[in-house]
Parts: sequence; C-alpha cells; structure tokens
Amino acid sequence: MSSRELSLSIRNGVAIGVSDIPKLTIGEFRDSVIDGVADGGRIAALFGRPVGERVGLVAVLAHHGSGTLSLCSAEVGDPYPSLTPDCPQAHWFERELAEQWNVQPQGHPWLKPIRFHRSYRNDQAARVGSNANGILPSVTDFFQVRGEEVHEVAVGPVHAGIIEPGHFRFQCHGEQVLHLKVSLGYQHRGVEHALINGPTKRTIHYMETLAGDTSVGHATAYCEAVEALAGSRVPARAQVLRGVALELERLANHTGDLGALAGDIGYLPTAAYCGRIRGDFLNLTALICGNRFGRGLIRPGGVAFDVDDDRVAQLLQRLEAALTDVTTAVRLLWETPSVPARFEATGLVSRADCEALGLVGPVARACGVERDVRQEFPSGIFRFAQIPVSTWQSGDVFARAYVRWLEIQRSVAFIREQLAMLHGAPTRVEVGPLAANRLVVSLVEGWRGEICHVAVTNVSGRFAHYKVVDPSFHNWMGLAIALRGQQISDFPLCNKSFNLSYCGHDL
Amino acid sequence: MLRALLARLQQGHRTISFPHGEPSLPDRFRGLPVVDQAKCRDGCRACAEVCPTDAIAADEHGVRIDLGRCLFCTECRDACPDGAMQYTAEYRLAQRTRDDLVLTGETLKRAQALGAESRRLFGRSLKLRQVSAGGCNGCESDVNVLNTVVFDLGRFGIQFVASPRHADGLLITGPVTENMQLALHKTYDAVPSPKLVIAVGACAISGGPYRDHVEVHNGADSVVPVDLYVPGCPPHPLTILDGLLRLLGRIT
Ligand code: SF4
Repeated sequence: MSSRELSLSIRNGVAIGVSDIPKLTIGEFRDSVIDGVADGGRIAALFGRPVGERVGLVAVLAHHGSGTLSLCSAEVGDPYPSLTPDCPQAHWFERELAEQWNVQPQGHPWLKPIRFHRSYRNDQAARVGSNANGILPSVTDFFQVRGEEVHEVAVGPVHAGIIEPGHFRFQCHGEQVLHLKVSLGYQHRGVEHALINGPTKRTIHYMETLAGDTSVGHATAYCEAVEALAGSRVPARAQVLRGVALELERLANHTGDLGALAGDIGYLPTAAYCGRIRGDFLNLTALICGNRFGRGLIRPGGVAFDVDDDRVAQLLQRLEAALTDVTTAVRLLWETPSVPARFEATGLVSRADCEALGLVGPVARACGVERDVRQEFPSGIFRFAQIPVSTWQSGDVFARAYVRWLEIQRSVAFIREQLAMLHGAPTRVEVGPLAANRLVVSLVEGWRGEICHVAVTNVSGRFAHYKVVDPSFHNWMGLAIALRGQQISDFPLCNKSFNLSYCGHDL
Repeated sequence: MLRALLARLQQGHRTISFPHGEPSLPDRFRGLPVVDQAKCRDGCRACAEVCPTDAIAADEHGVRIDLGRCLFCTECRDACPDGAMQYTAEYRLAQRTRDDLVLTGETLKRAQALGAESRRLFGRSLKLRQVSAGGCNGCESDVNVLNTVVFDLGRFGIQFVASPRHADGLLITGPVTENMQLALHKTYDAVPSPKLVIAVGACAISGGPYRDHVEVHNGADSVVPVDLYVPGCPPHPLTILDGLLRLLGRIT
C-alpha cells in the first residue's frame, strides 16, 4: 500500500467526520507517517487522546507541495514501537505522548519529560519524570559529555532578564558548546487539559493567553476551527481585519526582535529605536480594539471591533510613520559593518537539519525553505491576498534577522493594501452549535511560524480533545542544534534570533 | 557614523512627560470598568454569568467587580442589557491590599505609599528582580516596555537587576505554577530583607484565566507576601509605572 492510501487528505480549516480518519494498525501508522515524511511531508501534529482504556494516536502531516494535510490514526495499548528512530521529527511529539498518556514509545532514543506534570491517563504519575519525590521540574537525565576540560554550565529557570523561565544545560569544552539541553515545563498551567469539554466562557481567553505575544495568531486559529465545526461563514470585512491584526502582531514582534538582536551585540541605537517602534505597532492594534495585544478583538464569527474611515486613515498614517522609523533603525544594522560581522555564520542551522527537524516560521525560511502557512495552506483573507514568502539562504543569525526585515516590509504592504480596500459588511456573525463527532485542523502563520490547532468534538458537539501546537514546539530543537560548536557567549544572540515561546510550548 | 547621527536626528526625542501632564491612551482603551447601578434591573446577573473568571458578584448589594480577577475583556459590557457597564480611561488601578481591588462603587482608591522608613530606603533607588511564574508572557512584555526610551524607567531610579541578591524586591508575573513554586521561593529568600513584592497582572493576583487549575497556585500571595497589586491582563505599562511610583511616594 502507498502512504496515501493509509491516510485521509484534507484541507486547512475544513471539518471532517471523526469516523472518516483511517484507523490503522500501529505498523501501518508508522509506515504512513514515516513514508509521508520521507516523501517531503512534515509532522504538523502527532498526539494522543483517550479511547476507552487505550490511547488513540492521531498524526497530521503537512504536504508543502500540494497544500494538503493528511490524517491517520491508530490505537495503542502500551508499549508501542516508537517512530522516532526512523523519523527524527517525531522525537519531541513522542516525548509529549509518553508524558501525557503514559504510553511507552519503545525504542525512543531519549525518552524524557518535556513539561514535568502528572499523566492525563487515570491521573497516574507520568511514566517519565517521576521519582520518589514526585515530579520535580528538570530533575531528569541530562546528556553529559565527559573528558578533560569538559564542563557543564546550567542556567535558569530564573534568568537575568525579564523573560520566561526555562532551564538550559550546556556541555562545554572551554568556551565551545558541544551540546545544549533545553528543559522546559515551568510555565505549564494545564491549558490543554482545561479545554476538554469546551467551549466554555474561558476558552477564548485560554486561546489569547497560550502565548501572550501571539494572542491574535492563536485566537484566529481557534476561531477558524470552531467556525469550521459550526459551519459558519465569516464576513469578508472581519477576515480582512483579522489579517490586519495578524500582520500587526508580526510587525510588533519582528521589530522588537531586531531591536533585541541589536541589543545583544551591543549596538544600542537600533536597540533603543526598535524597542520604541515595537510599541508603535502595538499601539496600532490598541487603536483598533483598545488592547495592545489584540485581546478581545478576534472572536468566533468575526471580530468584536470595527473601524470607520477616520480610524482607517489614522491607522494608515501611523503605519507609514512607523515604517519610516523602523526603516532607518534597521538599515543601520546592515550598514554598520560590525553588525553583520557578528550575525554572519553565528548559530548555523543547515537546510538539511531544518528539513529533518521540521522547523517552521522565520527560522525555517532563514534556511532557504519556503514554508509559510499564508502561502501554502491559506485561510481567511490569505486565500485572496497573497504575501510573498520571504527567505534567505544562510541559516545563521543574519538570515533570521534579515528574513524578519523582509517580512516587516511585506506585512506593511499587505496592511496598506487591505485597509485601502476595506468595504462595508458586517464584522461578525452568530456561530451556532458545533457539529458532533467532527475533527478540524486549523493552521495559521503566526509571527513565530505555524500555529496548529486540532479540535475534535464528541457526540454532543463539545471538545472531546483539543490539541495546540505552538511553532515553538517544533523549533526548540532547532535552537539546540544551532548552538553546536558555538561559543557559549553567543547563546543570548542565538536564543534571541529564535525568540521561542516558553508558555506556548508548556501550555 | 554619519548615518547613525542622521538616524538619531530622525528618530527624535520620544520619552513621555509622565507623570506630568495627561498620558495619551487610545480612545478604546479599557481602563477601570464602572457600573451605573441605577440602570441595573432587579435580579439581573447577566454580567456575572458571562465573566470568564467569576470576577463579578451581583446580588442585592449591587454589582461588585474584583479587579484582581478581571481580564478587562468586554464580555460583561457586551452582555449587559441596559448598557450599565462601561470602561473608563482610568489607568491608575494599582492597590496595596487585595481587598482594595474589589470595586464596589464607581471610585477606586489610589495606592498608598510605603511607610517613611521604606521610602527612605527605596524611594530614590529601587532594584527589582523579575520572576515570571507561569503566565503568557504578556505581562513580561509590558514590564519590559518600561525600559524603552518611551517610559525610561531609569529616570525614576527604578531598575531591573539580574540577581535577586542585588535586588530590593521581586516583581512577579504569572499564577505561580506548581513547577515554578520552588524557584520563586528560592528567589524570594535570596533577596536581602527588607524586601518588597509587586504582583503584576490578573494571573499573579488571582490566577487569572488559570484560576483553580491543579497546576497553579492562584497567584503570588499564595507563596509570598505582596506589597503592591497591579491589575490588568496585561496591565498597560502606564498602570504598572503609576503603581510603582505611588508605592514609592513619587506620585501622590
Ligand atoms: S471585563 Fe473583567 S469583570 Fe467583565 S467579564 Fe471580563 S473579566 Fe469579567
């Protein structure tokens, strides 16, 4: 059988019946995923959900050429043969599976907890990560290098700056990093678990705070999922405003990141300017909805705030002013020779590693990989208005910075164009009850990359399961790879060039 | 070099005059919510029912909003059949005690300054260690903003430092997850006494949207004593700055 017959091909944001998903044996399931990835597919989600006493595995592969997604499932007891030895992309997903559902992917090369919490299955202590003292964050095995002049550096969970908690261990030879281990879970607050049986009145707020700097991205993914499940049609005007908000979110964060990168190498002019200009973009979002992060704007059925002509004019005028400012600030980076000198050849990720790990977002595009949900799996306004994919080939800090700069320019162009064409229509429609026993995959290109939500309803149209894959989930391994062979003093710079989410990962 | 100078000229001077003069906030800014109780119908609990964090109590004593739980989310305003609930542009929301965050009438107290001795110690120089304990990184983002040229926190003698041992206190965000509780304790213990604790955001005050999850502890004061509560989800940078300056007696 070919891999295609072992899976169901679907589209982003189109609901299907749960019973239509091919139910495979674990052997077929492995083949389907492993072959699908070998054929150029990428694991967008791989998760478990309880099916009686057993665990149902569901895999969603993204096929970049065709713009389709493929789905397959299998039920496993315990243990089952791990996919990771044949498909490294499954590595982190299977660690999550083992931790959440207490199943053992047998043959997994490095089975450790990723969030340090109790298992969801029968509330048992998780198979991985428990010891006599219960579950303690970062109390687990760490890969160690031994030898003369080899030493270990551990940082976190509380860091030096105002950032989220995480624990990093570097195996170093002198100044050189041989290996970095990333240990997360400090931000774990049980969101996925709390989403079951929803939607409830808290659901949209969970979505807006999965990763607070990506409120619009995650809220959009959620809304598109429930709209598909309810069969609602979102008015065009609302789709435009969602797109504008998504690109404003990208603008603010990319600008902030460029400033932070400048700060990390001590180039203060751009650091100071971009820190401020980031706020100018956030304030544009606040001009639309009163909140700088877009909280309260994206709602099932459309958007909760409209803009009149005056507000559009103001938005456009302030957008141009911010573009002028960010242009002078960022040009300084490229024109000051000491800046590219520090960015170039630092934190390299090869294209092959990027493909093997299934990295997403600007990090992947900086390896020359044309991977962008807005282009390949478009939903909402992006089905009609295309934003060219921005790539750079070099896979280093420079490329990750430069891709952000290219995207800033394209996002501004998009917003300018969309706001100029905004025409009258309602901004929101009622969303009825969700259909029973359906599944939908909802992808959105957040500023960090692919956001993937998978919603599954039960017989009464409530969430039997809700899976969230933040882009950071794919990319943390990329950071570890980028650090290999680097000077440990380059960690802050490399880290900032990825700027991954801890809370989005930890959920 | 010349380009850098030209860029500097183009970028101009951007520091706001705060605390002097009125700060500029967007017209749709959601500051203090107020309820015109005269408009409320008997027995109506529409606002209380939709509130995602059960921040509203509506009974025979009227409508009370717990700003420590409020996400400033518009749900209650939109649900009210009589338009009794409105947001104001009032951004000065920080309070010294948890009880003062419960809004009963239309007016809210302003945070009182520390006592004379603490003001003598911290009033002109306050070093804070920030601890992020399980939120969404929204509060952290808007705390970080205080370090930009717009707010220029340093001009008030307030600074975020890298080590708790160099700090006069902690600024805590997030509901305090089970996985961060120990780290928060240790960081608190490492700050020399006397020390201050500032809880920023709905999560750090009450658990926010994650309230009562088994994975969290419903806020900073479940773990350490808190001297200042700054409500919001996340609070506007001006709300945080205003709270800090009031605590130090720099605004009265
Ligand atoms: S604005 Fe505050 S009080 Fe009103 S519904 Fe939202 S969280 Fe509750």
